Amino acid sequence: MSTRHRLLSMLVENHPGVLNKVSSMIRRRGMNITSLSVGETDDESVSRMTVAIDVGRAQADQAVKQLYKLIEVIKISDITEDPIIDRELVLCKVTAGRGDRSELLQIIDIFKAKIADVATDSMVIEMSGAEDQVETFLELVRPFGIKEVARSGTVAMTRGREGLRLSAKHQARTPAQQDLAAAERQRRSAGVLVGD
Amino acid sequence: MTTSTTTPTTATDSPNGSAPVIADGQVITGAEILLECLRREGVDTIFGYPGGANLWLYRYLPDFTDIRHILARHEQGATHMADGYARANRGKAGVVFATSGPGALNCITGIATAQYDSVPLVVVTGQVPTVAVGTDAFQESDVIGVTMPIVKHSYLLQSVDEIARVVREAFHIATSGRPGVVVIDFPKDLQNARHPFHWPAGPVSLRSYNPTTRGNPLQIKRAAKLIDEAKRPAMLAGRGVLISRGEEELLELSRKASIPVGWTLLGTGCYPVGEELSLHMVGFMGAGYTNKAVLGCDLLIMVGMRADDRVTTKLDSFAPQVENIIHIDIDPAEIGKNVRPTLPIVGDAKQVLGEIAKLVAPKRLDSWITQIERWKEEHPLRYRRNTGVLQPQDVLLEMYRRCDSDAIVVADVGQNQIWGALWWDFKGSGLYLNSGGSGTMGFAFPASLGARVGRPDKPVWCIAGEGGFVMTMQELATAVQENIDVKVVILNNYCLGMVRQFQDDYYEGVRSAVDLRVGPDFVKLADAFGMPGWRTDKVEEVPQLLDRMQRHSGPCIGEFIIDPEANVRPIVPLGKGLPDFVEEIVEAGF
Ligand SMILES: Cc1ncc(C[n+]2csc(CCOP(=O)(O)OP(=O)(O)O)c2C)c(N)n1
Repeated sequence: MSTRHRLLSMLVENHPGVLNKVSSMIRRRGMNITSLSVGETDDESVSRMTVAIDVGRAQADQAVKQLYKLIEVIKISDITEDPIIDRELVLCKVTAGRGDRSELLQIIDIFKAKIADVATDSMVIEMSGAEDQVETFLELVRPFGIKEVARSGTVAMTRGREGLRLSAKHQARTPAQQDLAAAERQRRSAGVLVGD
Repeated sequence: MTTSTTTPTTATDSPNGSAPVIADGQVITGAEILLECLRREGVDTIFGYPGGANLWLYRYLPDFTDIRHILARHEQGATHMADGYARANRGKAGVVFATSGPGALNCITGIATAQYDSVPLVVVTGQVPTVAVGTDAFQESDVIGVTMPIVKHSYLLQSVDEIARVVREAFHIATSGRPGVVVIDFPKDLQNARHPFHWPAGPVSLRSYNPTTRGNPLQIKRAAKLIDEAKRPAMLAGRGVLISRGEEELLELSRKASIPVGWTLLGTGCYPVGEELSLHMVGFMGAGYTNKAVLGCDLLIMVGMRADDRVTTKLDSFAPQVENIIHIDIDPAEIGKNVRPTLPIVGDAKQVLGEIAKLVAPKRLDSWITQIERWKEEHPLRYRRNTGVLQPQDVLLEMYRRCDSDAIVVADVGQNQIWGALWWDFKGSGLYLNSGGSGTMGFAFPASLGARVGRPDKPVWCIAGEGGFVMTMQELATAVQENIDVKVVILNNYCLGMVRQFQDDYYEGVRSAVDLRVGPDFVKLADAFGMPGWRTDKVEEVPQLLDRMQRHSGPCIGEFIIDPEANVRPIVPLGKGLPDFVEEIVEAGF
C-alpha cells in the first residue's frame, strides 16, 4: 500500500444496499475509494469489506467514525499500520505471438502467476499478490501489449492470532432476531430474495 | 371570527379509549400492524397527507381512535410539524405519513432539517407495490436512495412479517444515542397483506448499534481534575444538553466550579440568562462578551455541540490560547471533527455533566467573574431605541415579557431567528426551537403547530420574517382546522432581511433579489383563513397588540412592520475570526 492510502477492514450486515451506503458515505465526506472488495464471511449474515481510501490518518479516523454511524456496520479496523497479508487478484489479457511467449513465461514463473487461457495470439494470465507486486507485474507485461485488465481489489487480513471477529456481544441476538435470521435463511434457500 | 369545527382529541384524552385491542396472533393487514405498533410505541399524533400509495394506512387510521391525525396542507409542513412536536416533547419521536413519489419528496427538506438538528422522527412513506418497485411506476421514487445521506437509518419493507420488528427498531434508532430520522418505505401491497400480529417483546437489540451513553469514568475524573486546576474556565453548551434534559446538571456544575456558560444557537434555553455566570450565544452572531470569554479562558468545555463554522467562525481564531479543551458529545464522530479537544468524552450530556459535577471541588473564581462582568459592561447586547421607527427588539422584548420562561418559542430563519435568540431573557430553562443546522426558511410556523400539539400545556409563540412565513403559510388552514393555539409574530421588514444585510456589508452593497414589498396583507390573510390578525408599525401600540394576541385563545397573527434597515449585531464579518466581531454603534441619547 502506498503511504497515502489507508486500508480499512470492516464487517457489515449482509443486507441489500449496504455497499451503497458505505461507498456513498465515503464519497459524501469528500474521500476517494481506490480499491474495494466485498464478500460473505463464514457467517452468511456478515459480509467483509476491504476498502482502501486515498487520505491521511486523521481523515481516515473521521471516515471510521462516520462509517460506524451506519447501523449495518458492525466492526471496522484501520489496519494500515498493522502487520497484514494483503492480496489482489488480477486477470490480464496480453498479446502473445509465438516469439513473445518464452519471455512471458519467465515473468509468469517469477510472479508465480498462471496461464488461465491461451489463444493463438493472446493469453490470459492470472496473478495474485500484494498491491505493489501486482503493479510491478503489470509494468513488466505492459510492453507485450495489454488488451484487458481486471483487478479484484485488495483483500487483507492481519497476521497472527488476533483478527477482525464478531465479539460475543455482536453475536447476541434476541429470540425475535434469531427467528428472523432463520426465516431469512429459508427465504434465501428458496431463492425468493434476489438481488443482494 | 370563525374557529375550528373539529374538536380534536388531545394526546392525554383517551389512552386506548375505544380503539380496537389487537391481540397477539390475530391476523390483520400490514397497515393495521404498523398502526398497532405505532400505538404500542406510544404514538398519540401523526402528521400526514394521504395519496395513492398510503391509502390502506388511511383506511385503517380512523379505527385507531386514540391516535390523532393532523392533516397538514403540504408534506413539508407535516414534517416540520412532527419535528416541532418532537423538539418540544423531548424524548418522543415525531411521526409523519406521506404517500410515494411527490408526497415523499415533499418531505425531504423537513427530513434534512430534523436530521441536522438531531431530532427523532419516524417518517412512513407509501411506496408502489413490491412488484412495481424499480420499474419507474406511476409515483414511484427511490425514497431510500434519495434520503440516504440525510437520515440516520431507513428501511424498505420487503415482507409483512418484518413490519413489527422494523417499527420497533425504527423508534429505538430514532430516539436513542444521537437522535435522528428513520424512514420506513412501505409498499402498498404489504399494507393490505394479511399476517398474524406479533409484537416483538423485550428491548430492541441490534448487534451493530450500541451507542455509548455513559462517559468513561477515567475521562470524567480527568475532566474534573482539569476543572479543579483551571483559573479561567468557560463552558459552551449545545442542543445536546437540551436533548438529554441536562439543564440542571449544567447549572450545578457551573455554580459549583464557578464556570461561566455560553451556548450555541441551538443550545439557547439550556441555561438561564441573567445568572451571575451566564454568558450568552457564542460565535458568528453571538454576544461580544461570550466571544471574549472563549478567547480569554484557560479551559474550554464544549458539551452537546458540534462546533460548526457558525460557532467557530474562522477555525484557527477559535480559542487558540486554551491549553485544554474538553469536548463532551454522544456522537464520537463530532469529537475532533472541527475543533481538536485534549480531552474527549463520549457520552450523554446529562450523565457526564452530573458525574463531573459530583467530582469537582467547590470553588469561586472571583477575579475571573469580575473579568466576565467587565466584558459584559464593555460589550453588552444593545440596539437603537427611540429611532421613531419600530425596531424588532421593541417587539421581541414586549413579547418575551408576555411569555414566561416556560413558553416555547419557535423561530424561523434569518434576522428574526438571531434577534429572537439574543433578546430572550429566559429565567428558567426555556425552549427556543429553530432550524440551526439546516437553516430552513419556512420551518417555524409548522414546527410551532407541532410544538403546541405536543405540549398543549405550554404557550407557544412563533417568530418569523415575512419571507420565511410565506414559504409554509398554507398551514394556516391546519392551525384553524385543528384549533392549534399558536401566536404568530411576523417581523415584516419588506425584504429578505438577512440576505439584504449580507449584500449591504459583504457583497459590495448591491441589493439583489431581496425586495418583498409585494407580499400578502397578513391581516387579510389571517381573515381569509378564519383567524384574527392585527398589525402595527408603532412602538406604543406594540404592548396592546401583544396583549390581544395573548388573550386570544386559538391561532392568531400579529404583523409588526419593522425598520427595514435594522441589522443583526454583533456579527463576525464573513471570512474573519472570533475576535473581529462588530457591534452595534449606539449614539448617546438612544
Ligand atoms: C429555504 C431557504 N431558502 C433560502 C435561504 C437563504 N436565506 C437565509 S435568511 C434569508 C432571508 C430571510 O428573510 P425573512 O424570512 O424575511 O426574514 P428576515 O431575515 O427578514 O428576518 C434567506 C433568503 C434559506 N435559509 N432557506
